[in-house]
Amino acid sequence: MNLPAPLWIGLCLALILIFTFWDRDNPRRALRSIPAFRQLRRTIELSVEDGSRLQISLGGGTILGPEAAAAFAGLTLLRQVAEIAADSDQPPLATTGDGAILLLAQDTLRTSYRRLNISDHYQGTFAQTTGLTPFSYAGGALPLILDHNISASALVGSFSEEAGLLTAATQRTGGFSLGGSNNLTGQAIYFASSDQPLIGEELFATGAYMAADPTHLASARAQDVLRWVVILLLVVTSLLPLFALQ
Amino acid sequence: MNLRLRTPVSAAVAIALGFIVLTSLVLPGLAALRNQILNWAMLLTAIALLLGLENLFQVHLQKVRTGDKATFSLILLVAMIATFIVTLWEGSQGQLANWIFSNIQLPVETSLMAVLAISLTLAAARIMQQRKDRMSLVFLVTLFVLLLSAGPLFGIEFPMFTKTIGPYVNNFLSVGALRGLLIGVSLGTLATGLRILLGSDRPYGS
Repeated sequence: MNLPAPLWIGLCLALILIFTFWDRDNPRRALRSIPAFRQLRRTIELSVEDGSRLQISLGGGTILGPEAAAAFAGLTLLRQVAEIAADSDQPPLATTGDGAILLLAQDTLRTSYRRLNISDHYQGTFAQTTGLTPFSYAGGALPLILDHNISASALVGSFSEEAGLLTAATQRTGGFSLGGSNNLTGQAIYFASSDQPLIGEELFATGAYMAADPTHLASARAQDVLRWVVILLLVVTSLLPLFALQ
Repeated sequence: MNLRLRTPVSAAVAIALGFIVLTSLVLPGLAALRNQILNWAMLLTAIALLLGLENLFQVHLQKVRTGDKATFSLILLVAMIATFIVTLWEGSQGQLANWIFSNIQLPVETSLMAVLAISLTLAAARIMQQRKDRMSLVFLVTLFVLLLSAGPLFGIEFPMFTKTIGPYVNNFLSVGALRGLLIGVSLGTLATGLRILLGSDRPYGS
């Protein structure tokens, strides 16, 4: 059974729209608990209190490939973190391995500073390109993690093997690390080496769990429904040959 | 003169272009327009890459000025300028550009890979300290099974692992898990793209 891509896109769009309006009065309903986000929120609050810094790594994927979606999830997190911690003594830093994502990160931070009416505190170097290949990116981000009193690193974007270097550096500073990647190698490395890994589609629920707008919540619920649709289709298509209906 | 695009204009442009690319999936007549838009995007991405390099340059120039680990930053700046000039002069496939890549960048990245191997081994050993849960135990048992099934270990082979359990884990369990994760990532990617098209997710600021 081969369902065309436009059908999936249409179904996902319809579900997002339905849940956006349906759950408007009770947006928190039916979201399962993800410990990684709970602990990240707690760490952000603590870092603001103790004057330490947060670091958001957005990975090295380009904006033209499917990995851009992972970087967008990271940008959503960056916005949430910046709006909480931008006016602290140690404002959050963002790192990326791609020029276009750097521009988006700078724009996201600038917008957050403007919203908080502290535009004059914003500096372009709060978002940095640390290298343009995966390992040079990690190599450039390591001194940033080790030398800047980083209490937590959220590594949300497109990461592969280089993720292990970043989580190891965060552990050396005694900081908390949260890792999410669209890449399976990256996910495996995060599972082994980060304090809290985001597995599978959890990465894309960042906006919903970090208190974003109703569309993020609707989107998380749409993903849950679509996952069950896929499971159902897998089971049905496996059973069809048994009944000679293929 | 302030040429900065205001949010509604930039959002409208982003959504309209995204919508055209998406509808070209079902309307083949829009394929030429889609290719044109994607060509523009590639050109803009290349320019953004230069801006990324400029940011890297600025950050390290600032470090040199303030004396914050200035030596390393100075080396980076000199290497960056030299590589940029060489590559501009003879192209990315030139002899000197290739030499720089093969004899400087590649060994440095390979040594980072070696450091990574040690870091990951330590991380796997410490996993039960970090997270005492069922999945960490499953991870460790699977790792142990795969190590035993990888072949003779110190000259000793365990046929039960190399011929039965190892292939079963590799060919069935891990393939099933990988597909499950990939389906989840695909659904997340799809939902993220649609949120951007709906204008509720604005990675370009809001």
